Amino acid sequence: MTRAFFALIGRDLRLAARIGGGGGMAVFFFLVVVAVVPLGVGPDLNLLARIAPGMLWVALLLSSLLTLDRLFQADYEDGSLDLLAMGRLPLELVAAAKATGHFLTTGLPLVVAAPLLGLMLNLEVSAFPALMLAMLAGAPALSFLGIIGAGLTVGIRRGGLLASLLVLPFYIPVLIFGVAAARAALFGFPDGVAGQSLTLLCAVALASLVLGPVAAAAALRANLR
Amino acid sequence: MSPMTSLSASQRLQAFANPARFMALSARLLAPLWVVSLGLLCIGLYYALVASPPDYQQGETVRIMYVHVPSAWLAMFGYSLMAAASAVALIFRHPLADLCAKSAAPIGAAFTFLALVTGALWGKPMWGAWWVWDARLTSVLILFFLYLGYMALWAAIEEPARAARAAAVLALVGAINVPIIRYSVVWWNTLHQPASVFRMDGPTIAPEMLLPLALMALGFTFFFVTLLLVRMRAEILRHRVRTLRLARAAAGAED
Repeated sequence: MTRAFFALIGRDLRLAARIGGGGGMAVFFFLVVVAVVPLGVGPDLNLLARIAPGMLWVALLLSSLLTLDRLFQADYEDGSLDLLAMGRLPLELVAAAKATGHFLTTGLPLVVAAPLLGLMLNLEVSAFPALMLAMLAGAPALSFLGIIGAGLTVGIRRGGLLASLLVLPFYIPVLIFGVAAARAALFGFPDGVAGQSLTLLCAVALASLVLGPVAAAAALRANLR
Repeated sequence: MSPMTSLSASQRLQAFANPARFMALSARLLAPLWVVSLGLLCIGLYYALVASPPDYQQGETVRIMYVHVPSAWLAMFGYSLMAAASAVALIFRHPLADLCAKSAAPIGAAFTFLALVTGALWGKPMWGAWWVWDARLTSVLILFFLYLGYMALWAAIEEPARAARAAAVLALVGAINVPIIRYSVVWWNTLHQPASVFRMDGPTIAPEMLLPLALMALGFTFFFVTLLLVRMRAEILRHRVRTLRLARAAAGAED
């Protein structure tokens, strides 16, 4: 069962790498967002430094939302989702494997690229560890909450748009605590605020690791009948 | 509870699973419900707008409370009802539970919207801003998004049985937000005032304001239930029309 789980993740990663929608695309997308922000709010370096953690988090959230419809839709269209549902691997673990693959191709590249993008937004170097730590804790939550929306909308035409609408409410706590952790480290809030936000973020992430696959599997069962 | 009584309770629940029975019962209930809810709203509005004193700090603006607080209460009540009905639908496959959840969503969304709008109208003179990003306001806005997403999911899936199950899953996941709203003023120390009616140590609100507030809350709740019954009846009729149409289309295809 473990082998099937990792085989599924490996398959998703290979697919992402060969079709060209993998990590490179995600980093390119963040670069576009980071390039557009100074054009929108003006090139004031102090202002950019202040909004940098929030901007990077919003970019992470957007890239997660934009790729949601690819999570199950391609497998649904070519029939492999039906095969996965009939296989011996429980549907919950299938969903967990898909979410892990999604995190590795959209969330992880941004965590790696965050220091570079942060430099472009004039973010203090001292804030990088906190920002990256918060992103590393929060990005899996985005993927594991996202599969709920992807599962609910599989098989619906233009389901991607609907999936973003459905999961956005669940993303908001991740965004709030993630940004709070990074900002607290950046502006030297009273001791404990950064740690508190990070703890809450980890709690949200752990809850989503449990809840996401279960809810997504229930949604898939409803949709695949 | 002994097994015997729980069995009979489940049997009683099953008795209401018959839509024809529900239609007959709700038809008899509707007229009294309309009378009670409109009567309560009339009396409540008289006390709220005329008979109750203005607040010593907020003056006449405090009267927004008599619409704002019941709407906010029903916004949360509507979602809790929706989540509970969805759980019943998923676990017991009770046919009316799906209808109940689906019918409750637009009503709950309307009250959520009303709570947000009256809150903004109240916030402007009190806080000096139409909207602030405080925990209570943000979580209620998320609740509004959840209602919209739930309705959009129903609208997007054509086959009712499939839509019902998917929407039920969404409603259950979204139920996490309700306790967050309830305790947002406790957990985060923000601009919105803390709870003053439902407290462990009794309400801290003046009794001459509590009476109109209670009347309005009761009236709003009866109004909610009345609308819910009306919408559920409409859903059952819509379902019948759909079945008849499908049967006619099938018969037409055979000819």
